[in-house]
Amino acid sequence: MTISSSAFNFVSDLVKQQAAIVIGPGKEYLVESRLLPLARDAGLDDVSTLVARLQSTADDRLRRQVVEAMTTNETSFFRDRDPFTALTQAVLPDLCRKRGATHRINIWSAACSSGQEPYSIAMSALDHPLITSDWQVHVLATDINEEMLQRAEQGRFSQLEVNRGLPAAMLVRHFERAETDWKVVAAVRNMVRFKPLNLNEPFDLAFMDVVFLRNVLIYFDAATKAEVLQRVRRVMKPDGFLFLGGSETTLGLDDGFERFTIGNATVYRPRGAGPIDLPAVSGVPGGLASGQPVAAATAARPVAGGWPWAVTPSLPPVGSTLPPFPAQPGPHSTRQPLN
Amino acid sequence: MVIDDSSAMRLILGRIMRGLGFDVVEAPNGAEAIARLQSGAMPEIALVDWNMPVMDGLAFVNAVRKEEKWRQITLMMVTTESEQSQIVRALAAGAHEYVIKPFTPDAIADKLALLGVLAY
Repeated sequence: MTISSSAFNFVSDLVKQQAAIVIGPGKEYLVESRLLPLARDAGLDDVSTLVARLQSTADDRLRRQVVEAMTTNETSFFRDRDPFTALTQAVLPDLCRKRGATHRINIWSAACSSGQEPYSIAMSALDHPLITSDWQVHVLATDINEEMLQRAEQGRFSQLEVNRGLPAAMLVRHFERAETDWKVVAAVRNMVRFKPLNLNEPFDLAFMDVVFLRNVLIYFDAATKAEVLQRVRRVMKPDGFLFLGGSETTLGLDDGFERFTIGNATVYRPRGAGPIDLPAVSGVPGGLASGQPVAAATAARPVAGGWPWAVTPSLPPVGSTLPPFPAQPGPHSTRQPLN
Repeated sequence: MVIDDSSAMRLILGRIMRGLGFDVVEAPNGAEAIARLQSGAMPEIALVDWNMPVMDGLAFVNAVRKEEKWRQITLMMVTTESEQSQIVRALAAGAHEYVIKPFTPDAIADKLALLGVLAY
């Protein structure tokens, strides 16, 4: 349901007045997509009802929330980090072992928005030491919004966008300057195929090894969430992996999935997928609870940085070429006093 | 530690870092920052501008990386220098991360999380 022009104008005026940001005509989708989670949180059915409440009450808190939702760009490269750490250090190694016959991995970014997520996936795969040149990693990036898809397909990002979540080593390795912007290099862009897709309608896709369906279900009511999860599960390989947003779950919606913990990330797999074939972790306290459903797995959830294959603290050696993974210092768990 | 010859930028970065829970010391150039380290300051992270008088940011990074006792300091360039070759130089010298001005507070927080100095 698209909001009325009067509701759109109200939100547009409010954001302009409070944050000096102009939301021009034709951005109804943006208003809908940003405000629907807020409406649901407030127990309202849709954005129009939310706007009606704003118009009829002096709810300053709600007004502030609306402005923040409209002005905060939630999309960033490697957003939330943990799913990408799990992808790199557990899921891709598992798939490399199991897909040795075909050397092909299909990954679906199911609500790719402006493209940061599928490109983050492609960069992760391209940099992965196990994904050698004889592997084919296909990233399918879909979104309901064709305008966003066209933008994403260009692979062009502003300075502000590449400052968000993208390690500098990856910026120099996988981007090139395009005037004041940065453009994803062809090697990465060629791994990603963009396609319009409405999760709310039946769809037919190649079977997927990994699905990123993050921060999508929050826009749907419970019945629609269940339908979407079932549709997604039908295009997943039986031993595939599903990543959801941090506040999303399949629990209570689709019992065809089992929940696992990988490091700090939660991943869902079709029931009966079997154990995740991981690097040796036995005997490591707090290690991954491979193949165990949620109760056991979460009991063994490790602390940040404590899982066994955490990237070794390292500094780039002076004068060396860039390392294959972004340079990461060790966890600095304590702060020291400054003189 | 915020190292920038612009007092306005030191104010902005200092405010962001304090907002994230850090104690902040400032230095207007690399040489003064080195002097502070030599007098015992041991910051968890240094945000380093590139173009500064007396000692620029790249020279500061090189100087810090030569000293074993300062190896635990995380170094992040925060600069207007936006050429790829400059980023590569800074990383090769031992900077862990690189933020190009202009930036948003979220970008600083993102990078700190990336570096493991801030939970996200």
